[in-house]
Amino acid sequence: MTTHWDSLPGEMQKRLYRELVNQVRPRPPVLRNVGAAFAVGGLIAVLGQLIQNFFLARGLTLLDAGAATAATLVFLAALFTGLGLYDELARFAGAGAIVPITGFANSMVAPAMEYRTEGLVLGVGARLFTIAGPVLVFGIFTAWAAALLYHFFLRP
Amino acid sequence: MGIAAKKIGQQTYFFHQPPVIVSTAAIVGPKEGQGPLGHTFDKVVEDPYYKEKSWEKAEQRMLEEAMQKALQKANLAPQNVDFLLAGDLLNQIIAADFTARVLGIPFLGLYGACATMYEGMALAAMLIDGGFAEYVLLGASSHFSTAERQYRYPTEQGVQRPMSAQWTVTGAGAMLLARRGAGPVVTHATVGRVVDLGSADPNDMGAAMAPAAADTIVRHLEDTGRVPGDYDLFLSGDLGAYGLVLAGKLVEQKGYHIAGHFNDCGLLIYHHRRQDTHAGGSGCACSAVVTCGYLMQELAAGRLRRVLGIGTGALFSKCSSLQGETIPGIAHAVAIEAR
Repeated sequence: MTTHWDSLPGEMQKRLYRELVNQVRPRPPVLRNVGAAFAVGGLIAVLGQLIQNFFLARGLTLLDAGAATAATLVFLAALFTGLGLYDELARFAGAGAIVPITGFANSMVAPAMEYRTEGLVLGVGARLFTIAGPVLVFGIFTAWAAALLYHFFLRP
Repeated sequence: MGIAAKKIGQQTYFFHQPPVIVSTAAIVGPKEGQGPLGHTFDKVVEDPYYKEKSWEKAEQRMLEEAMQKALQKANLAPQNVDFLLAGDLLNQIIAADFTARVLGIPFLGLYGACATMYEGMALAAMLIDGGFAEYVLLGASSHFSTAERQYRYPTEQGVQRPMSAQWTVTGAGAMLLARRGAGPVVTHATVGRVVDLGSADPNDMGAAMAPAAADTIVRHLEDTGRVPGDYDLFLSGDLGAYGLVLAGKLVEQKGYHIAGHFNDCGLLIYHHRRQDTHAGGSGCACSAVVTCGYLMQELAAGRLRRVLGIGTGALFSKCSSLQGETIPGIAHAVAIEAR
């Protein structure tokens, strides 16, 4: 018994260990996570709709009301990140708090707070986009690629 | 006498005149203070910044204070101490460096990831039993927020942690080992090998460290000829709930049954459900504060007589992880006996 495991070749040890880990490793509570994401993400969307309705009622055009709504949500998310509450919400709601525009705001404010101890330029300035950067890079790239496809294949 | 007169078996060292743990001190943050071991620590700091400007400074201050407390308890001044051994998880171990700057004790900086405290105990015992020192001060620290920044995301970043993730302990532990004195003694140390069975998930460090822990435990038993029943407790550093199960199974596969008296500092330190810490505590401070607080008190009260402490560490960086490297583990075991 003592030599059982050690006498196996390294690759087989690794494979057996992977199987053991898969047996022991806890399953993520998918249903709970999906439910929480749906509820919180949905509530953020409802909040956005209420804000938009407010701006529309005050006479803004649909386009302007959309921009004002986004700005308001970003402000709120930044505020709640600053108060140390948004990460608690995201820990509970996962994608429900990360996917909406509020999650994007959180990902800008969190590094800004985190790195202010390293100074304004090399701390905050340099690190501000550590989380949001990839979203911007690939978002802009996707927009560019879509525009290119449209230009060559779909433009009437 | 052979060349290595104090070595037995492949990786174990036996101390002829076992060094004495004359004093210990443990300082923790608020979350640890609210945990089940809250009453075992010398001090609970309610402010994670500890009135400093950054979390790094707060961590360093905790380590320095733990060191000072250990010295005070033994009625010693820094000048009386021959070596300072310390480490942490920050880049270039700055918490330990800056503590050494203040204390002025000849300093050897350590990095053993979360196994640093036990690496320090093994080395300190060797320095003393080898005749190189009368007193050695050692310690380790970690801080939830400095570790998050070092290994993961900004603290306020919204993320959902997987169930296997662990919570880095905020705190610092310090221990004074001496050639003579009253207190529990260090009788053996087993220096671990780096073991890698291919785990690559930085959110499951228990799985990465369990093979190393099992390897060191089995090596210790084989080198010393002891059986699991010789120890009241096998106490690992921060394997967490699932890592502990994995290590137990691996040890069992090698023919030793330690289940039933195998526990983990990371499991002891928090109320996992209530405090939302998932698989348990981790970090250098995890094994350091539980060893310096809880374990020493259990030994003093006579509830435990002989314990094998196994410091466990996951050897990786954010960079190695992003580059697709697997995560090797390390574990050092130290046998401690009440006297």
